[in-house]
Amino acid sequence: MFEKVLLRNAGVPGSERIDVYLSRGGYQALPQALARTPAELIDMVKRSGLRGRGGAGFPSGLKWGFMPTDPAITKYVCVNTDEGEPGTFKDRQLVEQDPHQVIEGVIITSYAVGAHRAFVYIRGEFFDGMKRWVKAIADAYERGYLGRDILGSGYGLDLSVHRGAGAYICGEETAMIESLEGKRGQPRKKPPFPAQAGLFGRPTLVHNVETLCNVPHIVQRGPEWYAGIGTPKSTGPKIFCVSGHVNRPGNYELPLGAPLREIIFEHAGGVRGGRAIKAVIPGGSSTPMLTPDQLDTPMDFESLAQAGSMLGTGAVIVIGEGTCMVDVTRRIARFFAHESCGYCAPCRVGTRRLAETLERVETGQGRPGDLDLLAGLCEGIQGRTFCPLGDAAAAPVRRSLELFRGEFEAHIRSAC
Amino acid sequence: MIEETLDFAPLDELLDRAKAEKMGLIPVLQQTQEIYGYLPAEVLQRIAKRLSLSPSQVLGVASFYAQFHRHPRGRHIIQQCDGTACHVRGAKNIITAVQDQLGIAAGHTTPDMKVTYEVVYCLGSCALAPVAIIDGNVVGRLSDARMTELVNELP
Repeated sequence: MFEKVLLRNAGVPGSERIDVYLSRGGYQALPQALARTPAELIDMVKRSGLRGRGGAGFPSGLKWGFMPTDPAITKYVCVNTDEGEPGTFKDRQLVEQDPHQVIEGVIITSYAVGAHRAFVYIRGEFFDGMKRWVKAIADAYERGYLGRDILGSGYGLDLSVHRGAGAYICGEETAMIESLEGKRGQPRKKPPFPAQAGLFGRPTLVHNVETLCNVPHIVQRGPEWYAGIGTPKSTGPKIFCVSGHVNRPGNYELPLGAPLREIIFEHAGGVRGGRAIKAVIPGGSSTPMLTPDQLDTPMDFESLAQAGSMLGTGAVIVIGEGTCMVDVTRRIARFFAHESCGYCAPCRVGTRRLAETLERVETGQGRPGDLDLLAGLCEGIQGRTFCPLGDAAAAPVRRSLELFRGEFEAHIRSAC
Repeated sequence: MIEETLDFAPLDELLDRAKAEKMGLIPVLQQTQEIYGYLPAEVLQRIAKRLSLSPSQVLGVASFYAQFHRHPRGRHIIQQCDGTACHVRGAKNIITAVQDQLGIAAGHTTPDMKVTYEVVYCLGSCALAPVAIIDGNVVGRLSDARMTELVNELP
């Protein structure tokens, strides 16, 4: 059985408290990291193969390396706790049950890129997560893990929490930066990338909570150990959030590359009522669905891309036989139409038209040309929007149309 | 609607503090909403004036985020999740049942200002699907019968 890394403390009574974290070996990677040079740490993370866990899977070491090394330049680190991809609930668990693991990751990361100020951006809906963050940060200050001269190293870091106000797009790093600056959360044009000009125009590194949680373990157990977990290109452990029609929905930590079938049947207890699987959303609502014949797909970045989908956030939504796929697709489309920030026309108008058309088809008011209209709308959105939200909205609709065309056609004749 | 006279004293106190601490606009709006329960138009104008921002900038931010409300809300707030996981686990039936029970469409407040009913997207509690938040408390593994019972129990 796989020995848990990121969720090893989750479920231990009082796991959110600093003393429990310390008693379980917490904050031991920090002095080891502070004894190294930033360049050594960046090299370690590069060798570990760690890739971002927020959806894009960008190599973390490379991202760190983009930050300017000149100590005279003010730099920032942002902790992305704006978990909003439907089906995803891993970062919430990490923050609520093991906030000090995240903080240790933030301190090491900030030290490695030369930042003395870090910001947590948390989803406005995460009331408990907010309280846990505030308490954990206060305790970390009190014990000398935050503030000036951390553990007598001469390195200092300040960390504070900022609450979002309800916008999915703020999970996109430049939209988050805009929001932290007090503006509408509209993504920025790239380049310049945040590593060049981010928060308040300063070089900024934005990382997802789960990504940061890996950092102390890489420092403590070494990049070779880490790279030995998972597949050659998708290394390390990953938390899979399993929901939908399964018997035991929940977070399951497994090596990247674990087969989808194993996740659903061995860990999440199989499908409720012994029903057959109709489709599986592998990585959150923006990732195209897989079909039952694809259940042996290894859950890593490369294999899912090959299967025509994405690992995304690792949010596996299992959809059982008997579910109306037109309805599920309509629901996903409505979400993205609601969350489009409105900045660019292909996304603002396109997502709205997708949702309206699907609404019509779902309720039996569909017109003969509607399926072609939907396909055309997807074509007009994909690759033509200012930020990835447009692609996220169009890709699942397009796949659903391909896979369940007969069901859509039947709906145009009459609603189910 | 009854015209209310707003007490600006707590707002002015907040804005003085905001200027001194260089608070961002979003925390200012969040704390303002805690004072009034929503963000009335005259309050937004006052924020703009006092913080030397353009009214459009303040309204732009207030209208962008889902958690800022520009109309009064009910004494109880129910937020039903209809994210993908909750949806496939039956959120749709719950929404229909509650809308019938309250006699209002989602996104509205009952005429007696008792309940505001909202349908929201993923709340990040998919393992408990279908879930809702009632006055800040998460309730999971709901059915339409259980939900209508909870609505009935609201004082």
